[in-house]
Amino acid sequence: MALALGGYFSSASGVFTGSLVNVQFWFSSRFVALQEFFTAPRDTITLRQRNAELEAEVSELQAQVIQLQQQVGQTAILAALLDFAQANPENRFRAAAVIGRDPSPFLQYVIINRGSNDGILRGMPVVTDQGLVGRVDAVIADAARVQLIADTASSVNVRLQNADTEASLVGSVTGDISLELIPPDVLVEPGDLVLTSGLGGGYPPDLIVGQVVNVRSRDFDLFQQATVQPVVDFNRLQVVLVIVNFKPVDITPLIPAP
Amino acid sequence: MRNLIAVPVIILVIILQSAVISRITLLSGYADLALVMLAAWALQDGVESAWHWAVATGLFFGFVSGIPWIVPVISYLAVVALANLLQSRVWQAPLLAMFSVTFLGTIFSGLLSLVVLRFLGAPLVIGDTLGLLVLPGVLLNMLIAIPVYAVMRDLARWTYPSPEVE
Repeated sequence: MALALGGYFSSASGVFTGSLVNVQFWFSSRFVALQEFFTAPRDTITLRQRNAELEAEVSELQAQVIQLQQQVGQTAILAALLDFAQANPENRFRAAAVIGRDPSPFLQYVIINRGSNDGILRGMPVVTDQGLVGRVDAVIADAARVQLIADTASSVNVRLQNADTEASLVGSVTGDISLELIPPDVLVEPGDLVLTSGLGGGYPPDLIVGQVVNVRSRDFDLFQQATVQPVVDFNRLQVVLVIVNFKPVDITPLIPAP
Repeated sequence: MRNLIAVPVIILVIILQSAVISRITLLSGYADLALVMLAAWALQDGVESAWHWAVATGLFFGFVSGIPWIVPVISYLAVVALANLLQSRVWQAPLLAMFSVTFLGTIFSGLLSLVVLRFLGAPLVIGDTLGLLVLPGVLLNMLIAIPVYAVMRDLARWTYPSPEVE
C-alpha cells in the first residue's frame, strides 16, 4: 500500500486503468451509436413535422406582412390627403378610390367609386394631395368617370407662377401634358411652376399642375410651347379627392358662334 | 335561355378590361379583351348569338367608356361580320381565322375610334395614334387571342353541346 501510494506501482496501475478506460470508451461509443440509430428516425419525423408547421407559419406571417404593408401604404395616402384637406379649409372634399381606367386606350379617364349618391356632380374638380388630376365627366349613382388633364380633349387654363403669364394646358395620346399659347415675349424656364388660373370657371385657381420641363420657342411661331411634368402620376392613382363645393361655370353660351 | 350566359360573361369581360387589362400597357396601347372575346365567340361552330353579343358588348363598353357608344357597337359588329366571313373560308384552320379576325378587327376598331374622335374635335395626331395606340393594341390582342379562343371554345361547347350520334 505504502509502495503504491508512493508511486512505485504507477506504471503497472497505468496499464490497468488505461485498459479499463479504453474498454469503457468502446462500450460507451457503441451505446451512443445504437441510441442514435434508434432515436434518430423519430427525431427526423418530428423535425419534419415541426419544419412544415414553421413553414406554414412563415407563409401566414408573410401574407400578414404584405397585408400590413398595403394598409400602411393606404394609410400614408389617406394621411397625406387629410393633410391636404386640412390645409385647404375653403374646399370640401369627398375621397374616392380609383377602381378602373377607361376601357378604350384613346381616352385618359379613370373610374372612381363615388357617384351622385355621395354628392358628386359633373364638372367637379378632382385632385390629390399633390395637385390637379382632372374633373368629373359622367356620374351614375355609385360611380363616376373622371377625365384626366392628360386626356387629348382636356384643356385647362393655367398660369406660370414665375413668369406671371397665362397659357393653356393640353393632353396627348401618350398621357404627356404640354403648355400652349404662351406669349412669345414671356421668359419661361425649366422648373417654373404651373398652377390653375381659374379662368373659364372650369377649375378653382391655384391648384398645382406641374413643372415646366423644357420650352420650345421658334422665331416663326406665334406662341411658345412647353412640356410639363405633372405632379400627379396618373398611372399610380389610388385615392383621389373630389372638390364637392365647387360649382363649375358653363361659359359656352357666352362664346360667340363662328 | 342559354343566351343569358352573355350577361355575366360580357359584364365580367368589361370589368376585367377596365380594372386589369387597361393597366397593362405597351407604349400607350392596351389589349381589347371584349373584341378578342367576340372574335373567338363568333368563330365557334353552332354559335348563333354572336350578333346579339356584339351589340350588347358595344353598348356596355360605350356606357363605361368615354368614347361614343357608336364606335364600339360598329367595331364589334364588324368583328362578328368578319368572323362569319372568314369562318366559311378558312374553316379548317380556326386559329388562323382567329388571328386574322383579331388583326383586322383591331385595326378597324382603332381607325374608327381615331376618325370619330378627330371628328368630335380631339386633336389626335395620326402617326402617334397608330404607332403608340393601335399597333401595340394589335400585338397585345394577338398575344391573348389563343387563350381567349380556348376559353370561348369551352364555353361554346358547354352552351351549345353538339347532338349525340345514335
